[in-house]
Amino acid sequence: MFTAKEYVRAESLEQAWSLNQKKSSAVVGGMMWLKMGDGRKGTIIDLSGLGLDTVQEDDREFSIGAMCTLRQLETHQGLNLAFDGVFRECVRHIVGVQFRNGATVGGSVFGRYGFSDVLTCLMALETEVELYRGGRVPLEKFAAMPYDRDILVRLWVKKDGRRAAYGSQRNTATDFPVIACAVSRLGDEWKVAVGARPKRAESILLDGRGKTAGQLAEEAAKAFSYGSNLRAGAAYRAHLAQVYIRRLAEKLGEES
Amino acid sequence: MERKAKIVGSPVMKKDAMALVTGKPVYTDDLAPRDCLVVKVLRSPHAHALIEEIDTERAKAVPGIVTVLTWKDVPGKRFTMAGQTYPEPSPYDRLILDRRVRFVGDAAAIVAGETEDAVDRALKLIRVKYQVLDAVLDFRTAKDNPILVHPEESWRSLCPVGADNRRNLCASGEDGEGDVEEVLSRCEYVVDETYHTKANQQAMMETFRAFAALDPYGRLVVTASTQVPFHVRRILANALDIPKSKVRVIKPRIGGGFGAKQTVVAEVYPAIVTWLTGRPSKIVYSRYESQIASSPRHEMEVHVRLGADQEGNIRAIDLYTLSNTGAYGEHGPTTVGLSGHKSIPLYGKAEAFRFRYDVVYTNRMSAGAYRGYGATQGLFAVESAVNELADRLGMDPVLLREKNMVREGDRMPAYYGETAGSCALDRCMARAKELMDWEHKFPSRDMGNGKVRGVGVAMSMQGSAIAGVDVGSATIKLNDDGFYSLMLGAADMGTGCDTTMSQIAADCLCCDLDSIIVHGVDTDVSPYDSGSYASSTAYLTGGAVVKACDSMIRRILEKGAEYLGREMDQVDFDGKRVFCLDGSGEISLKDIGNRVMSGNGFALEVTESNTQPTSPPPFMVGMAEVEVDRETGEAKLIDYVAVVDCGTPINPNLTRIQTEGGLVQGIGMAMYEDITYSPKGQMYENSLMQYKIPTRQDVGRLRVEFESSYEQTGPFGAKSIGEVVINTPAPAIASAVAHAAGVQIRELPVTAEKIYDGICRQSHLETCR
Amino acid sequence: MEINLTLNGRKICGEIEAGTLLLDFVRSQGCYSVKRGCETSNCGLCTVWLDGTPVLSCSVLAARADGREVTTLEGVEKEAEAFGRFLAQEGAEQCGFCSPGFIMNVLAMERELENPGEEEILEYLSGNLCRCTGYAGQLRAIVKYLNRKKEGEVQGRGGEESGAKG
Repeated sequence: MFTAKEYVRAESLEQAWSLNQKKSSAVVGGMMWLKMGDGRKGTIIDLSGLGLDTVQEDDREFSIGAMCTLRQLETHQGLNLAFDGVFRECVRHIVGVQFRNGATVGGSVFGRYGFSDVLTCLMALETEVELYRGGRVPLEKFAAMPYDRDILVRLWVKKDGRRAAYGSQRNTATDFPVIACAVSRLGDEWKVAVGARPKRAESILLDGRGKTAGQLAEEAAKAFSYGSNLRAGAAYRAHLAQVYIRRLAEKLGEES
Repeated sequence: MERKAKIVGSPVMKKDAMALVTGKPVYTDDLAPRDCLVVKVLRSPHAHALIEEIDTERAKAVPGIVTVLTWKDVPGKRFTMAGQTYPEPSPYDRLILDRRVRFVGDAAAIVAGETEDAVDRALKLIRVKYQVLDAVLDFRTAKDNPILVHPEESWRSLCPVGADNRRNLCASGEDGEGDVEEVLSRCEYVVDETYHTKANQQAMMETFRAFAALDPYGRLVVTASTQVPFHVRRILANALDIPKSKVRVIKPRIGGGFGAKQTVVAEVYPAIVTWLTGRPSKIVYSRYESQIASSPRHEMEVHVRLGADQEGNIRAIDLYTLSNTGAYGEHGPTTVGLSGHKSIPLYGKAEAFRFRYDVVYTNRMSAGAYRGYGATQGLFAVESAVNELADRLGMDPVLLREKNMVREGDRMPAYYGETAGSCALDRCMARAKELMDWEHKFPSRDMGNGKVRGVGVAMSMQGSAIAGVDVGSATIKLNDDGFYSLMLGAADMGTGCDTTMSQIAADCLCCDLDSIIVHGVDTDVSPYDSGSYASSTAYLTGGAVVKACDSMIRRILEKGAEYLGREMDQVDFDGKRVFCLDGSGEISLKDIGNRVMSGNGFALEVTESNTQPTSPPPFMVGMAEVEVDRETGEAKLIDYVAVVDCGTPINPNLTRIQTEGGLVQGIGMAMYEDITYSPKGQMYENSLMQYKIPTRQDVGRLRVEFESSYEQTGPFGAKSIGEVVINTPAPAIASAVAHAAGVQIRELPVTAEKIYDGICRQSHLETCR
Repeated sequence: MEINLTLNGRKICGEIEAGTLLLDFVRSQGCYSVKRGCETSNCGLCTVWLDGTPVLSCSVLAARADGREVTTLEGVEKEAEAFGRFLAQEGAEQCGFCSPGFIMNVLAMERELENPGEEEILEYLSGNLCRCTGYAGQLRAIVKYLNRKKEGEVQGRGGEESGAKG
């Protein structure tokens, strides 16, 4: 049973940040993970009163508030138009509509879960994480940082005209992925992110000049390490990564 | 009065449907008193250990805690939690709390308190010193292992099932006809393979739960989500070592059972708390507890040897089943029997068969009853072996089955020598073939995009109640204004038997459905019924309803004749009135109902019981079409065709839903639902996050039809439907995958990774050549 | 702590703990249709609407519902009956334990999607698990219900009495 001593709907980021400096505190996103087990929390901090639940867009970038739900990513026209529907594709397999109406982008990204589709997808784009104290840091750097007590405010996704594609394989339609792959392309620059290895997503950049999709995929898949868990073994994941990267690359190749 | 099927055979709505779809508070936890104590169980973190010390002082000191019980506080008489007819074949190997814990999740202490929060705190404060023992985790090494799961002297087996706790044997035995070895030695083709199925969870949406209270007479009243109220009464009396007269069990609406609730998984905990404290209490299992400490399917490994000649005549079947009952023996001795007795008889022409089995204790979660009850495991093995035989013969597996399948009138040596009195299996096959367009689709089609579609087939049979053991009963009362009360001891757990039994009663009594009110189970008032399991209700309790209606009609005639001043043979009853055959007078049922309430010494109330010497099998054919991505091994179920012979479908809607639901559970078992353990014996699939039952996107298209035979011994020709429908998906899907990818998977579930590995091994072999 | 919210159209004030989940809160308010089927946000049984949006009440802090509008099946009883009748006419409620959460999401889908095809329906509802029915009967009920509503609207009858026969 989940219990907490105190609930605070933060009135400012500063207040949220200072409350969160206590180890027993926790920032609540969608409550999907926080409530599991029998965690006894001190103060739970709710950011839902800070207007962080919108996606905004200008000529150069999108900003996605930490409290945006996965469902917002799924249905946001601007985001999906700009990146070939990858946002819809990366979240639509996550449990169900009600879950995605609750789960937040901030929770997904801050958690840096190995199985995260959202992290994988964002990593194939040019994404920065805005932290209250830490400022803007590239998503790759953030993903590698140790967990701290900063507050994730929003994400920034650069509108640099890249094309993107997303693919995953699951044991059931709404299960965690066995493998999650995101590929983007800006001219000859290819960016490949692979998550659910089952470790958290990482990305690499590749120069696609003179390479077939197959060659690109082989090179990319080799750059990651793979492990085993309940859902699949390492060797199978390595194989799947290569297959999916190639398929996504072919898709982007065809469309260019 | 002539009996005609009018409401029987029509798709009427369930009587409780509107209450369910509008969310009325009709389930156990909705009905529990608001002030009842919350009961929870402290569970062992070890697969095998002895409790050396257990300190509950700090736990008891938590404000709101009412009691903390340990092995020292419970009766020392062993019992079984299996809901079976006494004397139970399952061994008496349980205590409510034992000093020896036998699996990760076994009960070590019971805590009851006023709030969930207090109970959670108290659970954390119980200090247990365990002496950790070596555990038996691999069921293949359990028999005659020096580590004993039940070394205790007080262990007891009531029936001759070949049990021996000194050998970790819950049961063992052998059955056969003819000389299997001799016939096999003369067969041109012998398939010799082993198939492995897992301890699948029923995963009904409502987890285990019950609440208890004392009534004004000092009796223990337990309201439980159960399929077996009368067995619960006996089991609780045994567990608490109190007279059965002290226990009353009530069954409200149930959120699914599928066999899980044929075991008394949770009831003992509030029962003992209330019995000892006098206060109402309830337990609601978390999904986690339901996954790790409940009553799943028995894991089985089935070794099949199947012999045939060149023409595809199946001549001998030899089966050895190793079944894992886990830490306790609930349903262990009985489930294993079905792995042979409900699979071998499908092939009526075999000259010889042998069926041997061992059921072993291990330090895993105890198994129980799950829809199919061992038949599912046996049919995965036998039907897979038949499909492999067809592939090796280069013969269409449909043709192979048409040559060998049991037909109406055949004697079934492996089914206790019973005769298939009603069997439309041949028609099921013919129709399934047509629906699937089998001839065009078999064995596979290359879709030209790296994907291949394959088809597979399987047959299934089950029983209808346990022959000579199960009892179904019905009480019917005529009330004022002429409406009837139908009292049942069979448990409607969502299946709709309250409604189907009313349909039978309505047609027998020639009245409309609304003239029958139905009362679910209360052991104080319902007639005795073994309970809703073993596919018994439609066939057996349905038969009891027919008998009770016949008796009721005789009584109505007798009373009507009296009121009309005639002899019984001068009157008849048409459902609305008793009338003189010569047209000289009549009295309405309404008038009879009202009149018997005054100056009458002849009760218009009857109870009848039904038991049957045979258990007529329902049959079915399932066909799967699966698409395999040959590059990733990913398999998608495209289409599933099922044609079922359940005798007369009493309510076509409910029969269809039973079929579709059973198929999807079978599909889950075939493709998604795995059970794995850590080296220390902790189960990994301990939530619906890890144990993946199918979603609505995972099951493809289902097409269900019925080819009905008429069962003379059943009510209106009915047999059973509940279980037979879960058995075909695993073998049919495995074979469809084999035809699409060339890989036969023999251990469930059939996952993309296993298929891919198989494809790799194959192409590796080809490269080597 | 105290919260003020609108529950099924009624303004109420409730006393809760900081960690109380919306599921437990609404049950404590007599909304027994809301069920718990798991602890891991997977089953959909506890689906309610928060400001009209379907959410898992097992995963929403009651505190977060302060100042907002919560709807359970009890709050849309007429509609539940109308669709529920279609469900029952297929026999597809079966044990009924998942029905309230499922119906809440069906009604949410009806509001959100225009003329959904079968694939869209399956995707929208994939977070509602059911172990009894095999889902096919539920789909038949939805398709018939939506078709009947469409016909009703075409004929200008509205959807309300359309649940009478499936």
